[in-house]
Amino acid sequence: MSSSVSASPFTGLDAERFATHLAQRSYLPAWWIAAKQEAWNEFTSLPMPARKDENWRFANLKGLSLDDFIVPEEHSSLVPHLPNFPHASEIIFSNRQTVGRSGLPKELADQGVIFAPLDEALRDHGDLVRNYFQQHPVNLGSEKFIALNIAFAACGTFLYVPKGVKVDLPFVVQHTISGDKQSIFPHTIVALEESSEASLVEFFVSGDTASHLASGVNDLHAGQNAKLTYVGAQNWSEDTLSFQANSIHAARDARVQCLNVHLGGRQARHESHSRLAGPGAHCDMLALTVAKGSQEFDQRTLQTHQAPHTTSDLLYKNALIDTAKTIFSGLIVVDPDAQQTDAYQTNRNLLLSDKAEANSLPGLEIQANDVKCSHGSTSGRVPPEQEFYLQSRGIDPVKAHELIVFGFFEEVLNRLEDEHLHAVLSELIQSKFKKS
Amino acid sequence: MRRNPDFRTTSSLHTNASLLLFTMKSLEIRNLTIALADSLEEPIVKGLNLTINTGEVHAIMGPNGTGKSTLSKAIAGHPDYEITEGDVLIDGESILEMEPDERARAGIFLAFQYPAEIPGVSIANFLRAAEQARLDEGENVDAAAYYKRLYEKMDDLKIDRKFTARAVNEGFSGGEKKRCEILQMAMLEPTFALMDETDSGLDIDALKVVADGVNRLRGENLGVMLITHYQRLLNYIQPDYVHVMYDGRIVKSGDKNLAIELEEKGYDWVKNELAAPATA
Repeated sequence: MSSSVSASPFTGLDAERFATHLAQRSYLPAWWIAAKQEAWNEFTSLPMPARKDENWRFANLKGLSLDDFIVPEEHSSLVPHLPNFPHASEIIFSNRQTVGRSGLPKELADQGVIFAPLDEALRDHGDLVRNYFQQHPVNLGSEKFIALNIAFAACGTFLYVPKGVKVDLPFVVQHTISGDKQSIFPHTIVALEESSEASLVEFFVSGDTASHLASGVNDLHAGQNAKLTYVGAQNWSEDTLSFQANSIHAARDARVQCLNVHLGGRQARHESHSRLAGPGAHCDMLALTVAKGSQEFDQRTLQTHQAPHTTSDLLYKNALIDTAKTIFSGLIVVDPDAQQTDAYQTNRNLLLSDKAEANSLPGLEIQANDVKCSHGSTSGRVPPEQEFYLQSRGIDPVKAHELIVFGFFEEVLNRLEDEHLHAVLSELIQSKFKKS
Repeated sequence: MRRNPDFRTTSSLHTNASLLLFTMKSLEIRNLTIALADSLEEPIVKGLNLTINTGEVHAIMGPNGTGKSTLSKAIAGHPDYEITEGDVLIDGESILEMEPDERARAGIFLAFQYPAEIPGVSIANFLRAAEQARLDEGENVDAAAYYKRLYEKMDDLKIDRKFTARAVNEGFSGGEKKRCEILQMAMLEPTFALMDETDSGLDIDALKVVADGVNRLRGENLGVMLITHYQRLLNYIQPDYVHVMYDGRIVKSGDKNLAIELEEKGYDWVKNELAAPATA
């Protein structure tokens, strides 16, 4: 028993730590401080997910424990390189602090585009941020972890594109976490005004292999006739507990494409809710997962069609290796007024091991009578003829699996318009096969 | 760099082979007995012996169900089959402990009767991975040179260059699949090609293209085991040796005239001969 430990401040997820966090942000708008306080209260009052909770069916509840995670002030200088591909502007965070940033091109700033760390946007454009902050929350089971995000959110990004402004190159954000038991709470808000176009790509990476906690929240808004592309590439350390809640709101004739790539984490929960709020709105919900070792990826989705003539297309593909586990639970809800909805939901699981476990719970809830909806899920082993064919050409079994997985993912990656991004994501996915 | 013909130095040569044999390699099938892994007591191939040297084309003919395909797949290391007796050696070294990918890199190429479809994996990426697998650690396929070679071989085989972007064998016609097998063989430059019913399902035009491809590849650095049910293919690929396989064994060997005789008399001739008591 050592008694000589110096009086280090207790920096866990407790009231004292939260009070310090809040006190340091007194310069931010009162509504934001109030929202944080409310979120903290919610976090402390909500129970942890329980066995009987349908939203957490099949999930490993023991793995969700938040004990021992800390929120220290210091930031680390360990920042992995941002993948090199053409982009409009970038913001780099390390352990919740902004550590790098390229200026916004003048022509974009002149047109009123805002791309800034959340705290800065709250300080300079508080009312604008408020219009889009948590207007359409995700309620798929992770409310407690979303509340934790809001309570501690500091790193995060606000992207605002005014009416009619079209930005060709993507905006890029990287969040890095390092240090044992460190936590990170990224909060991303994207607001595209009428007839504007923009893409945001976020990378979530660990600077080391330590145990981390990440809880991220996205509020994505596509205004009337806007075109929004969001890509989130999650590659936390393999000892990270990760939560991500993604809200998509698409107004009349808006087109949204959302792709999540899930590679890292010990246990990673992803919730995504898209609301097709205006007639003619469309949303692509795409996800690719490589589950390896004893990783668990838990994906819960909801497609809500609130207006007529709306379309949504969900395609989640999981490749499972070793004893990994995936859970997909999806629901399409068509409101009574949302006639002529076209909604699809597909989950495909490719098992590269007999010991992997893919769970799938697709669902439909249709209250309109003139709609086209379908959902489907398949899980299958790689046919042995495919493995033998590749090996008979001299390709070793690991590389053969990599090729088969890429073949399986190609259908999703091919939907990306940005070929540079396609290459970056391919390389990232490939790196997962190089780690033994 | 790609493999060069193996000019071994005399010091590494343990036999007193003449200079002419310096580049020759052998695939030796010794008393080979093969069964399905789940029914070991009923072997399909029963103590088969055959040696194929580079520079030679051996045709293996025989009725259906006699073990021809089993022989080629088992040599390539197909996991459904188990070799219960005998050995397969390349230049005196057994390959039976090798995994299928190691056997391929050691020079074995199996041209499949029914090539598998690999969804989403383009021919270009697939062949590039196969070439990369043959390089040392740290070496990378030179993309420009690779595509140049690939396009040349495709032109030779009258395969549309657009095929490079298509998924391996997915939605291919029978003839396209077989041409794709020959394309892979041309790119990977094996030492021994085991061609399993390469002629099946081909119309005469496709057969000519495939035969032309094989004829282009044959030569002193390649040994071929050409498995076929019909004599027709042998009109276009002239074998050096013809073996008749029946009930898991080679029961008759000869030159190309044996194939013609077989075509005239039919397999019953061989069966009857075997059934008849030996008359010396």
